[in-house]
Amino acid sequence: MAHDTEVLVLGGGSTGCGIARDLAMRGLEVTLVERGNLTDGTTGRMHGLLHSGGRYAVSDQASAIECIEENKILRDIAGHCVEMTGGLFVQRPEDPDEYFQEKLEGCRECNIPARVLSGREARTVEPYLAKDVKRAIQVPDGAIDPFRLCVANAIDAERHGARIETHAEVVDLLRNGDDIYGVEVRHDSGPGKRTHKTPGTTEEITADYVVNATGAWAGQIGAMADLDIEVRPSKGVMTIMNVRQVDTVVNRCRPKGDADIVVPHETTAILGTTDEEVEDPDDYPEEGWEVDMMIDTLSELVPILEEARTIRSFWGVRPLYEPPGRGTKDPTDITRDFFLLDHEDRDGVDGMSSIVGGKFTTYRAMAEQISDHVCEQLGVSASCTTAEESLPGSENLEVLEKGMDDFGLRSPVARRSKQRLGSRSPEVLDTDEANPVICQCEGVTRAEVCDAISQSGSDLNAVRIRTRASMGNCQGGFCCQNMASELHPEYDEETTREALDELFQERWKGERHALWGEQLSQAMLNYALHATTMNRDNDPASAAEPVEYGAFDTGVQ
Amino acid sequence: MAIEDDVLVIGGGLAGATAALTAAEEGVQVRLVTHKQSTLRHASGLIDVLGYTPAGEGPIVDPFEALADLPEGHPYERVGTEAVREALSFFDEIAGDAYSGGHTASNALVPTHGGTVKPTARYPVSTAAGLASVPEDTLLVGFETLTDFDAPLAASHLEAAGAPFSARGVTLTFPGIVRDDAKINRYAHLLDHEETVQTGAGETSAREALAATVDAHLKDESRVGFPAILGDDHAADVRADLEDALGVDVFEVPMGPPSLPGMRLEDMLYDALGDAGVRVTSGVPVIDYETDGNGAIEHVVVDRHGQEVPYRAEQYVLATGGLVGKGVRSERERVFEPIFDCHIPHAAERYDWFVEDVFGEQPYARFGLVPDRELRPLGEDDDPEFSNLRAVGGVLGGYDYAAEKSGAGVSLATGYVAGERAGTEASR
Repeated sequence: MAHDTEVLVLGGGSTGCGIARDLAMRGLEVTLVERGNLTDGTTGRMHGLLHSGGRYAVSDQASAIECIEENKILRDIAGHCVEMTGGLFVQRPEDPDEYFQEKLEGCRECNIPARVLSGREARTVEPYLAKDVKRAIQVPDGAIDPFRLCVANAIDAERHGARIETHAEVVDLLRNGDDIYGVEVRHDSGPGKRTHKTPGTTEEITADYVVNATGAWAGQIGAMADLDIEVRPSKGVMTIMNVRQVDTVVNRCRPKGDADIVVPHETTAILGTTDEEVEDPDDYPEEGWEVDMMIDTLSELVPILEEARTIRSFWGVRPLYEPPGRGTKDPTDITRDFFLLDHEDRDGVDGMSSIVGGKFTTYRAMAEQISDHVCEQLGVSASCTTAEESLPGSENLEVLEKGMDDFGLRSPVARRSKQRLGSRSPEVLDTDEANPVICQCEGVTRAEVCDAISQSGSDLNAVRIRTRASMGNCQGGFCCQNMASELHPEYDEETTREALDELFQERWKGERHALWGEQLSQAMLNYALHATTMNRDNDPASAAEPVEYGAFDTGVQ
Repeated sequence: MAIEDDVLVIGGGLAGATAALTAAEEGVQVRLVTHKQSTLRHASGLIDVLGYTPAGEGPIVDPFEALADLPEGHPYERVGTEAVREALSFFDEIAGDAYSGGHTASNALVPTHGGTVKPTARYPVSTAAGLASVPEDTLLVGFETLTDFDAPLAASHLEAAGAPFSARGVTLTFPGIVRDDAKINRYAHLLDHEETVQTGAGETSAREALAATVDAHLKDESRVGFPAILGDDHAADVRADLEDALGVDVFEVPMGPPSLPGMRLEDMLYDALGDAGVRVTSGVPVIDYETDGNGAIEHVVVDRHGQEVPYRAEQYVLATGGLVGKGVRSERERVFEPIFDCHIPHAAERYDWFVEDVFGEQPYARFGLVPDRELRPLGEDDDPEFSNLRAVGGVLGGYDYAAEKSGAGVSLATGYVAGERAGTEASR
């Protein structure tokens, strides 16, 4: 019996989207299913560091070498998602000299360009470093937008014929004896783009081969077919600041420890992180002490962080894995390497492999190796081209940089829009329609929001990750409503209202971890705008009881 | 060299202005000091008294009737229902023709720019023709460059909210707006000053051009609602001209910040302060104070551009606002009142300052000072912090103005009571 698709990829994170793109470009028929939005799992919950490899130069040189290679490739194929900020490994007086030396030698052994700066030189690069920092190693770390990178992979996969289904949760693996031949998914709102209020459906999707790229959730998928996949999810907190206190990635140069990195990211700086094993990747405590630790510990490196404003915090779950029998206690000691588990070799069950472990910077290389394996399984001989072919948005960036076209926008808005859209800018921004700014904090215009809606339906969180709208200082207080308005009239009022509520609650979820000082004032202002001025908390349209209009003031008698 | 007055009001929003005006009625010398722009520019300009009970019941038809049931400690309970009525009458006198709603004790339901309706006790006259309780068909007009108001969406939302009329929305190009990101004031300025604009029919005045643009879309609706951009200094003329040209009633839908109706209210209050002889010192923060050793404030210290100047009065009124106005501030481990360090009850753990549902019962929304019935802020020991300090408006705690729709009413009522007491005591 012919299957619905040749390859079925489970999981819409960087790994899944990378595999879908790779295989689609090799000419295979690919379907990808994702439970929520693209990046909803671990990809959308990382600090946005494009590793130089410096971080692994002592502990894991194989990973370090892979990082620097992929770092160069991503600058090339995804330039519009990357900002080459450079990075510093900063040594404080109490940090060990030996380790500094090991780090420097490690970088050189791994071909990571590394240069030693004196404390004074380091402060010239980053003026807000503490006055007593001893010295630093400068490396080519960068910042990368995981949302846009992941979406660009998905778009390119679609261009090569892949079917991408978001909001399609796998509810069962289809297994016939020792053969896995597909999945049953539950579509949140019917197949295709998500539209609120559309009734859910279920669908069986059969495939010649299934790739389980669900990371920290791989164990849950495996369990559906009685396969044991011992992922060890480990949570880490990231705290977002309101501005870029640093313009360079600042790492603490010591063997290991929590709260040792600050990554400049778009308009913000992201502090990270912790490493603590959790049972359930969907349900774990998010605690204030973790946020406090980010601020307090990283203030040793960058003292102004102590009094600075944070706008939200979020937690991500690493999909760590180690082969049975190693028994590592501390999750920080578990390898960051990835593992391809072929369930035929491992469990005697045909038709599926799982990918666990790994890290974002090397997603493409992982996807290449997995795709090679899939091709081998299916007897296809086609080679990988993802390292050479630019992602959508990065095809001809030099042309864009030379061009002075600001699409009628004020120059800061135009600059930021072009950075986000890359070579897609003309296609999105060149419009005869009025194109006002929808999100003031991030400089996102109507054209960009509408472009995102055309990709993702009525899901405003999907619009958010594509555009950064609602991700700035006001955390959507001023623009959620305006983003929702752009759904209308394509989507009706009720759908629009529901989409707005969903986005507004999502924004609140992370903002709660920043509720003191300026951000508590901002939260009150947002609350007042939505509850006092708009009365959205007591909206008669959503109330159970109708309002008796006739009982109220009907004007001057 | 100290500055001397009888009553010193700190804070220049609705509560502070009301306190200063009421105190001045007692024939004493009143000074009002303000630091930053008041939060009135964030406010819709509506005067809410009580739209929902603290338990969330509503919308309330008669807010005054519902006041009696408020819990102990609520600012309205502190001052009593009669004082709220008096404060509203006092406001009506100041506002004159600029506001409506004083003819009835009932709340009005006003359309919001989000398409919902909300209960309010007084509304700017520019909003009067738009009341949602009036069953007249309505055309809402939005502009493609003005992203805060989507008229077709607001119209369908009004219908979903059960409004007793049919509502239709259109999105038009605002004549004379050439930049897609023009500020609100630009729209108002065009209309205020009757600027000449280019249209398909040649050069014409901004008001005419706007009326002609709208007229082409008007069917049999008897009123037309615009976002609140219809002029600033000459808002009444702008509206009258549009009504003449269109032959229907014209109204404004209140908007979020920056809000012209809020700024018009502010202008009105400051005109009244000038008329009442209140001395206004703007742009300077109060940074410290001295007591007389007997539990009274002797003077406060004002930072006048780097120079620390004592400001002395018999009576003081604190009207510095809540979290938004920065009369209530917070750090990771505490919530505090920054000038006098008056007691603010709050959970020690900051994760107890909020609840999960963004519109749930938010403890942070109730942060503020605890007053006695004289509106003197109380210390942790339940004794007044100072014998001659009263607190009014947003700096008070124990109520959630956003959920209750009670912000302006609390500011008026507490400002009125504290101003009167401060004025009376200072005149002795």
